[in-house]
Amino acid sequence: MSVLFDLWHTLRSTLVDVLPIVVLIFGFQYLVIRKPLKNLTQVLTGFALVLVGLSLFLAGLERALFPVGRLMAEQLTHLDFIGGGEQPVTWQAYGWVYLFAFAIGASTTIAEPSLIAVALKANQVSGGAIGVWGLRLAVALGVAIGIALGAWRIVTGFPIHWFIIAGYCVVIVQTTFAPKMIVPLAYDSGGVTTSTVTVPLVAALGLGLAETIPGRNPLIDGFGLIAFASLFPIMTVLAYAQLSQWWAQRHQSHSRHQKDSDHAL
Amino acid sequence: MRALWRNFAQSLRDLLPIVLVILFFQLLVLRQPMPGVMDVLLGSLFVVLGLTLFIQGLELGLFPVGESLAHAFARKGSLLWLMIFAFALGFSTTVAEPALIAVAAEAADVASLGQMIANTDTARASYALGLRMTVAFSVGLAIVIGVFRILKGWPIHWMIAGGYVVVVLVTLIAPEEIIGIAYDSGGVTTSTITVPLVTALGIGLASAIKGRNPMIDGFGLIAMASLLPVIFVMLYGVVLKLSNSGVSL
Repeated sequence: MSVLFDLWHTLRSTLVDVLPIVVLIFGFQYLVIRKPLKNLTQVLTGFALVLVGLSLFLAGLERALFPVGRLMAEQLTHLDFIGGGEQPVTWQAYGWVYLFAFAIGASTTIAEPSLIAVALKANQVSGGAIGVWGLRLAVALGVAIGIALGAWRIVTGFPIHWFIIAGYCVVIVQTTFAPKMIVPLAYDSGGVTTSTVTVPLVAALGLGLAETIPGRNPLIDGFGLIAFASLFPIMTVLAYAQLSQWWAQRHQSHSRHQKDSDHAL
Repeated sequence: MRALWRNFAQSLRDLLPIVLVILFFQLLVLRQPMPGVMDVLLGSLFVVLGLTLFIQGLELGLFPVGESLAHAFARKGSLLWLMIFAFALGFSTTVAEPALIAVAAEAADVASLGQMIANTDTARASYALGLRMTVAFSVGLAIVIGVFRILKGWPIHWMIAGGYVVVVLVTLIAPEEIIGIAYDSGGVTTSTITVPLVTALGIGLASAIKGRNPMIDGFGLIAMASLLPVIFVMLYGVVLKLSNSGVSL
């Protein structure tokens, strides 16, 4: 029974989220553009599916993954698990935490619905040149590196803006070398990575770390993981594009070379 | 029906990595019994089913609506209405975003602890509301600027690089408590429903206007919506600090 109640509750709160968007879209469609929407039933079915799907998704996460994920974040960052006790704990003692941060960052990004949406669109618009999985894996790697590095930052206590500013510099340098086609998509992938699945789990990890490490203020140091998870995908997507361009060129010149030598024969 | 089944299989595969990560750490590293196995199984079924329906609905509803609106605006040629729509879309989808509400409430706690604001519930509530309004306004503005960029065909990297410079400069004068929250607020603003809609809008506009390449000009709206809140939230902190010191003098 409580399952149904949870589901109903989530459905209602998702409806509240979606309602302003629906009002805005239909308001503009009928009051400003003044043309009926094409395939109205299909679109309405689509909205209903989005609503029900997102509610099921969120209710399921809340029931299955978030409690386990939060519990694990707490257990992994707990001083009993880290060891230490008498002597102060060094940053190396948190090896499992970094690995967990990396793995959870990558795996939650693969399941992130908004990233799937953007990857589908990018694949379609680029005429298949950008693979759905290539993009999703590149972004997942970026989030994984970002969150692992962010966890290390909370442990060591370095100020966050050094990392962010250095990251910006790397992005700007990469932009000048990367193929022009990928640049806007790469910038976008920074923003899409962190939503429904990633944020709650990552926030629990950050908070757990900041609470157990002496000298860290959970309210100040607990923040910042999401910023890392938004910055690093930009770099990995740009790098992915550079690598695949380099690969294509090498392949092309290689095959041309072969053709020339075939000709000579 | 076959498409639905294929989507279901794909969702199952998308979720597999999380399950593997949790099992690995639970069984090999932490070695503690998993609480509520039935809950976990049932919840996982919900997640897979939900993801399947969401992706199906995306292709049927959100993508076509975003693109048809973009084409309709391009044909109508009314810049003002397009800008109003862009702002309303950014503002309305952000202001009620649950992730933002949570972050704003936590940020208010930080501020009262750091004695930036009074340690009362009303002070915290007004601080959190101000923060939410600042973020929602900046996302609306970001979509407006981003749409304008698509119309003009400006290259995005100049705007982003310029934005980064502004972020760095504002970081120098921003109060330390707000920096982490400001950087995070860029990431939390773009929700699961906003992203497909905004992406479809950008690509629709870029493909409706002659001389624009959907790949180069169509993407980039999300990037703007992630960058501008960072700047605005830090400025919010600066303004509050200035007005506070003005009162105490």
